[in-house]
Amino acid sequence: MWRHTIQSTRYLAGNASLCRQIATHSPKLGAESNRSKEKASENESFMANIFRGSLVSSQVFPYPDVLTAEQKELTNSLIDPFERFFSDVNDAARNDANAKIDDATSTALWELGAFGIQVPSDFGGLGLNNTQYGRLCAIVGVNDLGLGITIGAHQSIGFKGILLYGTPEQKEKYLPKVAAEQVYAAFALTEPSSGSDAGSIRCRAVKSADGKHYVLNGSKIWISNGGIAEIMTVFAQTEQVDPKTGEKKDKVTAFIVERSFGGVTNGPPEKKMGIKASNTAEVYFEDVKIPIENVLGKEGDGFKVAMNILNNGRFGMGATLSGTMKKCIEQATEHANNRVQFGQKLKNYGSIQEKLAQMNILQYATESMAFTISQNMDAGSKDYHLEAAISKIYASESAWYVCDEAIQILGGMGYMVDTGLERVLRDLRIFRIFEGTNDILRLFIALTGIQYAGSHLKELQRAFKNPSANLGLIFKEASRRAASTVGLGGTDLSGHVVSELLPYAKKTAHCIDLFGQSVEELLLRYNKNIVDEQILLTRLANAAIDIYAMVVTQSRSSRAVTLNLPTAQHELNMTKALTIQASDRVIKNLQAATSSHHRSLNEKISTIAKTTLENGGVTTTGILDQN
Amino acid sequence: MARVLVGVKRVIDYAVKVRVKPDKTGVVTQGVKHSMNPFDEIAVEEAVKLKEKKLAEEVIAVSVGPAQSQEVIRTALAMGADRGVHVEIPAAEYELLQPIHVSKILAKLALDEKADLVILGKQAIDDDANQTAQMTAAVLDWPQGTFCNKIEKTDAGLTITREIDGGLETIKTKTPAVLSADLRLNTPRYATLPNIMKAKKKPLKKVTAKDLGVDTSPRIEVISVEDPPVRQAGATVADVDALVAKLKEGGHI
Repeated sequence: MWRHTIQSTRYLAGNASLCRQIATHSPKLGAESNRSKEKASENESFMANIFRGSLVSSQVFPYPDVLTAEQKELTNSLIDPFERFFSDVNDAARNDANAKIDDATSTALWELGAFGIQVPSDFGGLGLNNTQYGRLCAIVGVNDLGLGITIGAHQSIGFKGILLYGTPEQKEKYLPKVAAEQVYAAFALTEPSSGSDAGSIRCRAVKSADGKHYVLNGSKIWISNGGIAEIMTVFAQTEQVDPKTGEKKDKVTAFIVERSFGGVTNGPPEKKMGIKASNTAEVYFEDVKIPIENVLGKEGDGFKVAMNILNNGRFGMGATLSGTMKKCIEQATEHANNRVQFGQKLKNYGSIQEKLAQMNILQYATESMAFTISQNMDAGSKDYHLEAAISKIYASESAWYVCDEAIQILGGMGYMVDTGLERVLRDLRIFRIFEGTNDILRLFIALTGIQYAGSHLKELQRAFKNPSANLGLIFKEASRRAASTVGLGGTDLSGHVVSELLPYAKKTAHCIDLFGQSVEELLLRYNKNIVDEQILLTRLANAAIDIYAMVVTQSRSSRAVTLNLPTAQHELNMTKALTIQASDRVIKNLQAATSSHHRSLNEKISTIAKTTLENGGVTTTGILDQN
Repeated sequence: MARVLVGVKRVIDYAVKVRVKPDKTGVVTQGVKHSMNPFDEIAVEEAVKLKEKKLAEEVIAVSVGPAQSQEVIRTALAMGADRGVHVEIPAAEYELLQPIHVSKILAKLALDEKADLVILGKQAIDDDANQTAQMTAAVLDWPQGTFCNKIEKTDAGLTITREIDGGLETIKTKTPAVLSADLRLNTPRYATLPNIMKAKKKPLKKVTAKDLGVDTSPRIEVISVEDPPVRQAGATVADVDALVAKLKEGGHI
């Protein structure tokens, strides 16, 4: 299943705020490691570092290029047959209408190799890396998102845990089955009372007296492939004893559960708005006996396992949706090129041109993000969580906008089922909800970044307590601050972009400076309580998202110029337009996060929300209903 | 029959809008998507089907062309061919390579490899020459069955249904023979991704035309490559009388 979520944790008391939970569980940047090591961790993430006003450019400049010539050739040779499956065998409209993928199509999909793309070839898969997987995802996105969820839920999360955390025995036993033997996998985390707050799951597994197996009870909802999966990655509470204190505590453990263990049943397929081709069902576990060797990862580490699986698969959504947008733009462009109204083709009207240009810009940025991240991952980076979250938000919201505008350009024709866009719109909607809602991910981005910045701030404070031992650190910081306060700007991107983009890189650098200052200002004003300021955090995240979009497009279009690609000029134009729009928004969002003017707005927003909630909806009396 | 030789040519993909180079020496190929000539896909499919029906033991895919031609050999291997032969021709020389050269190369390979059947696409979609199969049969002095719609094995040899103007023609031929595949012979399969991976391990031999004793020096010179003339705008006439008058005026009736 592709819904879910992210950070939250059971480490804190039940009444702690959502944000406090998210903050406590930010990956790797977390307070725990800082507390123990007394030193801020080094992090290659471009985004994490701008939270402390610092530029670490290696992941974004120059645009990554990790595939060898041989890998590129192989990838290219896969594209045609992959596309042929969709044009010759698959029918997205039929899958949607039947709310299932018929047997002949799914058999062809298995034969195509689409279910084991990243499984090593020794285990019967294709052995492709993230970037190559992303390229194939884009083709899926062009053609059929519902089918995409079936294969994505299978390999992006369903058995990803076995790839990431499996023992050699687990890999040998399960990977060949899920890669090529028509055995479906699923990821089972969400429960009726536990959605975004994944730490609160109630499924429970109890270890047998002889320690040889666990007995699992509970139920999961909205599990993609839940009705067809034979193998599931299931998360359940288990009692763990702290080796130091001897204290007993509930901690989540991940398990590989086979349907054949017995006691695993499922409900009927759920009726959904979109992605109907994908099976979604409740799954019930009743006294399921799981052998101890089917624990995935360490006992009690299940929450970490779940989050890393989700983080690891998130980039694939950006790649997929870049393809979806491409298709929408193609349909809208064709219509604009041919449709005549008021004696003119639609393409001649400025309002249509603006829409198409905007759609193209969003697609370009989405694709640039997805393949920056996939290549960072392939280069061995572990610091991609912020970027992956940004890319998921950006892709899902851009795709919604692009598909909606494509329908608008096609007018009445766009609203008709046969045009195919209404299906895409329905299919798309879930991408803003599942695998971490965009709202939760925004908080995750802001809090993870702030925590990283905060840890560096603390380090600096410590340095001042013993200045003579830490002169280097202090001088470095002092000169950075001096530069930014006198308005010169501490950040300089000019060495990273082609000359045509210099003025635009300057705008972005200014945004990065402002961003670092705003984070510091918020930390000073709210200190730890910043975690309760969701409205401000969301604005900060929005600024972060726009900054990342500017940086990756500037990097990619610089690459296009350097390689002398025929599309270089077009790419530069899109980058420039995006930078103008995004930098304006960054400034507005940062003002909104820090100014007193906006604090008063936020107070009003809170009050209005409170009134609405207390009255169960709209409280004003209708104009005609007054007496 | 034991061995089938199939020719596969790398051409600009059928979906690409072909553009003439500004210097008019040819068409733009750089950065343009290429794939296997669609008629050659049909030829490969037919050869692989013969193998699946145990009517052939081995399928050899041959491509004549520059280094990138190996891509289409790999595709043929992924579709089910057993091994490949790449006859490498330097890119500059390849631009002037003609069906006569390719025929001699294929004929020599057919003899060297002891092929019982040569199956080629009826024509390539780039130059549309439609000559190679016929010439190969002539060089070998083997019977030929062109524009195949159906190929059936009989005790005596092959029964072939050919697409001809106005209908179908059935002929019988002995083997060895040279066949060319027409559009309706079959629907070629697409290579599955696992088979593409496996194809990387199948043998691919590289030879040159010189190794085969074939002289590929150009017999032609390209003077100019031009875009087809742009269609002139039409005109709307008021009624049938006006139309007839116009046609008469133009000397069409």
